[in-house]
Amino acid sequence: MTEQTSVPEELKKEIKVEAAPGKEINKTIEEKPKPKPDPRRRLFRSDRMTIVAPAPHNKGKQSVPRIMYTVIAALLPAIIVSLLLFGTKAMVTILVAVFAAMVAEYACNKIMKTGLTIDDGSAILTGILLAMTLPPSFPIAGTALGAVIAIVFGKQVFGGLGGNIFNPALLGRAFLQASFPVKITTWTLPAFAGSGSYFEMATSKAVDTVTGATPLGLMKFEGIGTHLKPLLFGNVGGCIGETSAIALLIGGIILVILKYADWRIPLSYIGTVFVFSGALWLIDPAVYPNPLFMVFSGGLILGAFFMATDMVTSPITPLGTWIYGIGMGVILVVIRVWGGLPEGVMYSILFMNGLVPLLNRWTRPKYFGEIQVEKKKN
Amino acid sequence: MKLSTFKKGLHPEDYKYFSHDKAIEILPLPDDVYIPLQQHIGVTCEPLVQKGDKVKTGQIIANTSAYVSAPVHSSITGIVKDIEKYYHPLGMRATMIHIQREGEEEWELLEKVDDWKWTPKEKLLDTIRNAGIVGLGGATFPTHVKLNPPEDKAIDSFILNGVECEPYLTSDDRLMVEQTDKILLGMAIMMHILDVKKGYIGIENNKPEAIAQMQKRVVELGYPFTVVPLKVKYPQGAEKMLIYSVLKRKVPFSKLPMDVGVVVNNVATAFAVAEAVVESKPLVQRVITVTGDGVNEPKNLMARIGTPFKNLFDACGNVKDDVHRIFMGGPMMGMTQYHLESPVVKGSSGIVAVTGELVEELSTFPCIRCGACVRTCPMNLMPLRLSKFSQAKETQKLSEFGIMNCIECGSCAFVCPANIPLVQWIKVGKIRVREEAAKKAKEKA
Repeated sequence: MTEQTSVPEELKKEIKVEAAPGKEINKTIEEKPKPKPDPRRRLFRSDRMTIVAPAPHNKGKQSVPRIMYTVIAALLPAIIVSLLLFGTKAMVTILVAVFAAMVAEYACNKIMKTGLTIDDGSAILTGILLAMTLPPSFPIAGTALGAVIAIVFGKQVFGGLGGNIFNPALLGRAFLQASFPVKITTWTLPAFAGSGSYFEMATSKAVDTVTGATPLGLMKFEGIGTHLKPLLFGNVGGCIGETSAIALLIGGIILVILKYADWRIPLSYIGTVFVFSGALWLIDPAVYPNPLFMVFSGGLILGAFFMATDMVTSPITPLGTWIYGIGMGVILVVIRVWGGLPEGVMYSILFMNGLVPLLNRWTRPKYFGEIQVEKKKN
Repeated sequence: MKLSTFKKGLHPEDYKYFSHDKAIEILPLPDDVYIPLQQHIGVTCEPLVQKGDKVKTGQIIANTSAYVSAPVHSSITGIVKDIEKYYHPLGMRATMIHIQREGEEEWELLEKVDDWKWTPKEKLLDTIRNAGIVGLGGATFPTHVKLNPPEDKAIDSFILNGVECEPYLTSDDRLMVEQTDKILLGMAIMMHILDVKKGYIGIENNKPEAIAQMQKRVVELGYPFTVVPLKVKYPQGAEKMLIYSVLKRKVPFSKLPMDVGVVVNNVATAFAVAEAVVESKPLVQRVITVTGDGVNEPKNLMARIGTPFKNLFDACGNVKDDVHRIFMGGPMMGMTQYHLESPVVKGSSGIVAVTGELVEELSTFPCIRCGACVRTCPMNLMPLRLSKFSQAKETQKLSEFGIMNCIECGSCAFVCPANIPLVQWIKVGKIRVREEAAKKAKEKA
């Protein structure tokens, strides 16, 4: 552990104390009629150690690994749907990303001599999140490279968990987007895109044969909209983990209820996207897409519930969180509507991540009693 | 029914079941007592006795002429053996008067107050001071100072603090159930001194017996008090939090409760005031909870001030073999004990022994900025930043982020998923800010 986080030496002392006075010890005192042993010397005796430490002496049950593994568990519905939709390709991508992330974390631990941190769950989570943002047909080597970049340059160069400014998984994806612009936009359609049920998909053999565009790509470059139902259930083209809005919402809402994700972030992010794009849609429905389509297509739900809420890279103050969410929403709509890319979740989150340290500084909450309240008259 | 409370805070497991139904027992008189010269906030007393002197129970053995102070009484009848440095429960060695019990118990009572309702206030305040009464909730601020606010402060409300928000402790709870009348009387006396008409009794909702008993006796005795049941939340017993919970008034930074027209006193203090004024008994004993899963028979004991903790544990079937930590006070703010010869002082509300099952030594993770501490801090501070600044010795930033507002309740360290010792670092930071201020003052001078 780094010196920064350990208990200050002046506060931490372990004192060896002796056993509580038993009968035998009293006898020996009686046998020797010498002066009673100085009570100051007669310590609280036992062969064991008791701890002398500053308060508090009890502790909540929350821990960092517990948070990480809960987020992973909340991603399970979306992972299961992705396996149903894209079959073994999705599974291989996820496993490769997780494995590469853990190896990179282990190597960094060894090189930086920081003690092993692969069991805290954050590397696994980064691997899964990275895989969720990749198309199912993405080459395995590219996935592994992205995971390594995510861990090494996204997290470990900042000193490991807690030090990073940008979401590691998204940083890894940004790297892949710049390196493999074609591969990362080659989408595999689920076998029964647009119509089939999960059962048919799961029993189908020809899962990976058809390629096609994502709903956002269709909208952007060809002006074709997609209906809401396929968007909700995920049988549209897209990244592994972002196609089914319902599966993501189940996990996301669990996270919000358990308070592992700040409810303000998804609310302000998605709310801003809805309001902003809704306003545009009201101005000219023929040019601008339906706000519901904007909310449920692409990676917005995944990003809003699982990536923007990453504790390390999101603000800690309520006001900062609102600014963060609204900022992401505005950037996303601007990129999707006027930008050159069909999707902007990644850039919107990364951009606002960069502002978080400043937001934390600007939005210090008023402490209790900082504003002098008017004395009530009775 | 929606119960009143303050914003933020947390609700730790309260562990009151060990001792909440154990009636108060009187601890047999100890053979030796060690009475510290300073058991209050303020000026240290000077000893008035010498080695070899005979003292009676209730005799003043140390005093000072300073206003913010309280005299110290002998809690047993016997002979002064020594005036020396002994182990103090607050983790240092302090000058104490060691008295050995001898002969039958003889009391030296205070000057009698005939009828408190017709006694001048100055006289009552004198009685309270001479009885050595301080805030028995743990802060040990001399009560006569609290009851005598400056002329320009208009006090309109009095709050009796029966919250006892710390886990484990049940001494106030038992006192409220068993000594309801005396507590109410003490409250009436204090309100009479302050000339306040509105009285509130704040009790957390996890003490239904105490609430029922208080409500019943308030009605039966015809006191104009309001019993306010409060939602169970830590740190509601903190003065500022309690005032907000009961009256929704915020005490401004660096101001006192009297600046918003409120005086808060603990139930144990009210009990001591009643004993002093009506029975002329000085403060020589208090109720202390001996509890925790490391104690064989948890109990609430009426113990003499100065009784070594060892005697308390002996009366409770001693500590278990696998005891891991022993602390005076609750687990959130209590002081760990390293020596069982340390005596009960006026501020000891409980002594808790826990085994390793409850207190685990947990490994520390880096801060992941989850904001749990910010969401929990009852004073609306940002503990994670304060802790960082404290480590970096940035005293300027520490003051800017309001470190001196911290009430050291320990909520931030309790909720931290990374197990960072936040409140400990904040305590260090406070020391650093004070040192810096002292240095600057010196440079100016």
